[in-house]
Amino acid sequence: MQKNVTIDINGQPHRQAVEPRLLLVHFLREVAGLTGTHIGCETSLCGACTVLLDGRAVKSCTVLAVQADGRSVTTVEGLAQGDKLHALQEGFWEEHGLQCGFCTPGMLMCSHDLLANHPTPTSADIREAINGNVCRCTGYQNIVNAVKNASRKMAKRVSARAGAR
Amino acid sequence: MIPANFDYESPRTLSEALDLLASRQDAKILAGGHSLLPAMKLRLAAPSVVVDLGRIAGLNHIRESGDRIVIGAMTPHADVASSKILHVACPLLAQAASQIGDVQVRNRGTIGGSLAAAHPAADYPAAVLALDAEIMAVSRSGERSLPATKFFTGMFTTELRPDEIITEVRVPRTEGASVAYKKFHHPASGYAVVGVAVRIKKAGTRIDSAAISITGVGHIAYRATAVENALRGKPLGVIAEAAAHAAEGVEVLSDYYASAEYRRHLATVFTRRALEQALEASGK
Ligand code: FES
Ligand code: FES
Repeated sequence: MQKNVTIDINGQPHRQAVEPRLLLVHFLREVAGLTGTHIGCETSLCGACTVLLDGRAVKSCTVLAVQADGRSVTTVEGLAQGDKLHALQEGFWEEHGLQCGFCTPGMLMCSHDLLANHPTPTSADIREAINGNVCRCTGYQNIVNAVKNASRKMAKRVSARAGAR
Repeated sequence: MIPANFDYESPRTLSEALDLLASRQDAKILAGGHSLLPAMKLRLAAPSVVVDLGRIAGLNHIRESGDRIVIGAMTPHADVASSKILHVACPLLAQAASQIGDVQVRNRGTIGGSLAAAHPAADYPAAVLALDAEIMAVSRSGERSLPATKFFTGMFTTELRPDEIITEVRVPRTEGASVAYKKFHHPASGYAVVGVAVRIKKAGTRIDSAAISITGVGHIAYRATAVENALRGKPLGVIAEAAAHAAEGVEVLSDYYASAEYRRHLATVFTRRALEQALEASGK
């Protein structure tokens, strides 16, 4: 059995006939060719595969592509605007929030979900938000700093925009 | 890790879903997918057809209805955890939901799915037991109400028939009661090594009524009746003594992470802490 699915990924519709057992993460990587989303464990434990599904962080190894039919997905490739990095990406860069980078796409997408709901999180909020994401390199401290850095930047941009009005 | 092949159905109405369940023998219901999909990936489950409830309207809501709060079966844990209605009227359920897995799991997993899966270390079973919740299920032969206390029959098994779908969970308003959910997380899986749900009512300096339930310890969450009996009608100071009965009469699970002896100990400690937290939250 094959099903036609159309998934909006980073604003682009992707249409393909797929087996119902195809996981969303494989759709993203193999059908759409977006390999920024990583596969660490494939057992819902590591968070490397985290993407936004209709704006909410989910583990794309634990969602079927057919479940995402007609919905919209944001992957790490959807964060930057052309050459301009997203505030979160800048934060990770500036605070050394990554070493090997394997966990980073998941960390970024989870932090994105956090900042959308809590623009000024505490360290405890950030640690809670990335509780489902494993990093084998950094020891997490710089990731927490990176998310804080991004939250400060985003707050500044919001107030600058309000001032310009 | 790839599941075995299956047919996928995505009905738009409950009655279409019920027809599918009635006509296809080994159909499995897909709610949030956080119990079923992992099992399918490990090939512990290989249904020939999966019926996805994700596109049926009207199963995702939290609303007040008389002296009860009604939660639609497809409501994700994150929405239960952040519900303003529940924070006021039934904080125990919101507390339990907020401690399930991690953010991503809470965004996908649903209350109906978690209850139907009846995992021995899931959080919701303890909460609905302590709340004396009602679980509503429909099939082509009509609707029935299953009391939580009769719902769970064993590890991964419930009173639900294969042709039934959970539509909603009804919990009482608990204003005036002291409630808490306290959990010892498994560090990797996020499941409860021990999770304790507490709902007690005080009368002056005594405990008037007590509903205590525990997950993670036995084959399925249970009401700790020995603790309840040791609390009822007694002064508040009896808590530590009563908590010692937490695993009484229970065949305690044992695994690489926590031996039966350790789990039994944790059950006592977390029952005491949950009781203390409940009383503290309601200002002793
Ligand atoms: S690959 Fe999805 S959680 Fe690890
Ligand atoms: S930077 Fe290497 S796993 Fe996180």
